[in-house]
Amino acid sequence: MIYLDHNATTPLHPRALEAMLPFLRERWGNPSSPYRFGSQARQAVEHARAHIADRMGCAPEELVFCSSGTESDNLALRGVAGALRSRGDHIVTSAIEHHAVLTTCEALEREGFRVTRVPVTADGVVDLDLLAASLCDETILVSVMHANNETGVIQPLEHIAAVTRKRGIVLHTDAVQSAGKLPRRVAELGADLVTLSGHKLHGPKGAAALYVRQGTPLTPITTGGAQEHGVRAGTENVAGVVGFAVAVALAFEDADAEGARLGALRDRLECEVASAVPGVRINGRAAARIPNTSSLSFQDIDGESIVLGLDLQGICVSTGSACSTGDPEPSHVLRAMGLTPRDAQGTIRLSLGRETGEGDIDATVRALTGTVARLRQISSVSRMTDGGPPGGQQG
Amino acid sequence: MGDTADSSVPDPGALPGPVLFYNEVVIDHFMNPRNVGQLADADTDGFGLVGDPSCGDQMKLWIAVQDGRIASIAFKSFGCPGAIATSSMLTALAQGKTIEDARQITDDDVIEALGGIPEKKRHCSLLGVCALQAAIEDWERRRP
Repeated sequence: MIYLDHNATTPLHPRALEAMLPFLRERWGNPSSPYRFGSQARQAVEHARAHIADRMGCAPEELVFCSSGTESDNLALRGVAGALRSRGDHIVTSAIEHHAVLTTCEALEREGFRVTRVPVTADGVVDLDLLAASLCDETILVSVMHANNETGVIQPLEHIAAVTRKRGIVLHTDAVQSAGKLPRRVAELGADLVTLSGHKLHGPKGAAALYVRQGTPLTPITTGGAQEHGVRAGTENVAGVVGFAVAVALAFEDADAEGARLGALRDRLECEVASAVPGVRINGRAAARIPNTSSLSFQDIDGESIVLGLDLQGICVSTGSACSTGDPEPSHVLRAMGLTPRDAQGTIRLSLGRETGEGDIDATVRALTGTVARLRQISSVSRMTDGGPPGGQQG
Repeated sequence: MGDTADSSVPDPGALPGPVLFYNEVVIDHFMNPRNVGQLADADTDGFGLVGDPSCGDQMKLWIAVQDGRIASIAFKSFGCPGAIATSSMLTALAQGKTIEDARQITDDDVIEALGGIPEKKRHCSLLGVCALQAAIEDWERRRP
């Protein structure tokens, strides 16, 4: 199997697994218990927190562990909305956010908040001028992701932070796709709240975090015990955060070298596909991107058919469009970048990772070339095989 | 807690077969679709073009009619695996049938012949049926 869907999830690093096992086998105590067997688990959690904080460049007490990137996004958005409701009712986000942010914004709209979704350029970068212009006295929160999950395009966080800081607006960023892929420390992003997730960087599923800059107002969204400084009640996922910490350490150990390696592989993939296959568009190519992600739109064919064609050859990629999950709407990210619904429908995402090698790229290009050609033979809208004018439609 | 493995837990080493939620017949019609292509204008007695605005899928279908039967049939399809497989199966069912019998083919017939398709892909099978109906109507209009 060739796995090229690392933006969906990554394999657990063997060293992360090893570090986790004692806490699943022998040291299964509750960190909140008042005896030494409990303290042992407490120590493991706090050690993991200190470890991640050190790598991320923040204080340990600025990290709140939770169960997923989605929960972390929810805590950031609902937490700030709840804390600052009396100060304002306006939230600014972008048109290309993950559903964890967009759907939460819709829920907040139903609770009376106003939400502005800032558009992006054709390359998938948030329009800074429009973002600045959308801010008003009632704006309490701006949430813009660091790297987009579909295109890999990096958003100008520092520029956004410069604006929000000046106006005293809380800034949240979902950095699950960039953390560990870019040699960046959380605090350097300039955001007050940063979402991180373990399983996107070879850690376990079920372990994630929200960085909360000291002094950022945040209302808890789960109530119960006093865990996580009272911000996130619930017994800690001890083994999970231990594995998360090991994965973060490993990612930062060689982020530069691994980033360069993946970037070269990704560029090779795009170069070879573009020369072997006509009618392909590389989304976000002109923008800065995380090095492992490639979003490719193939004219005249459907992305889900490409995904199945590749799956039958043992290659895992995903669609750029949400259609495969039963949602008939093509990807909101690609539509926001100006792609037609049909071009968005013909998009796949390839995301490379630690175990991807040159041979995987070459095999994928070969399989992709064959699959695309076959589907275009079948296609009723084919501009590529009928020799029709690009952009025109046959029939 | 017993120490034998729970038999209801799937074997982590086994991939669900054959692929995703499609059965082997559907996969076969996706990988080796029957009657793909188009008939020459001179050989075409009826042509149908339909689109599914809900998901952007589109299908073109050509028929040649001899002695009241569908003598040849060809299609081209833009869409997901479900759209391609159901289009293929529809042409396989219609091939050789009398116009009256071909007109009776329903989306359920196509799905049954494929041995079932996922619920959210059921609408795909309508595309082929509608394209065939359109081609038959076109054939009727063209008749001297």
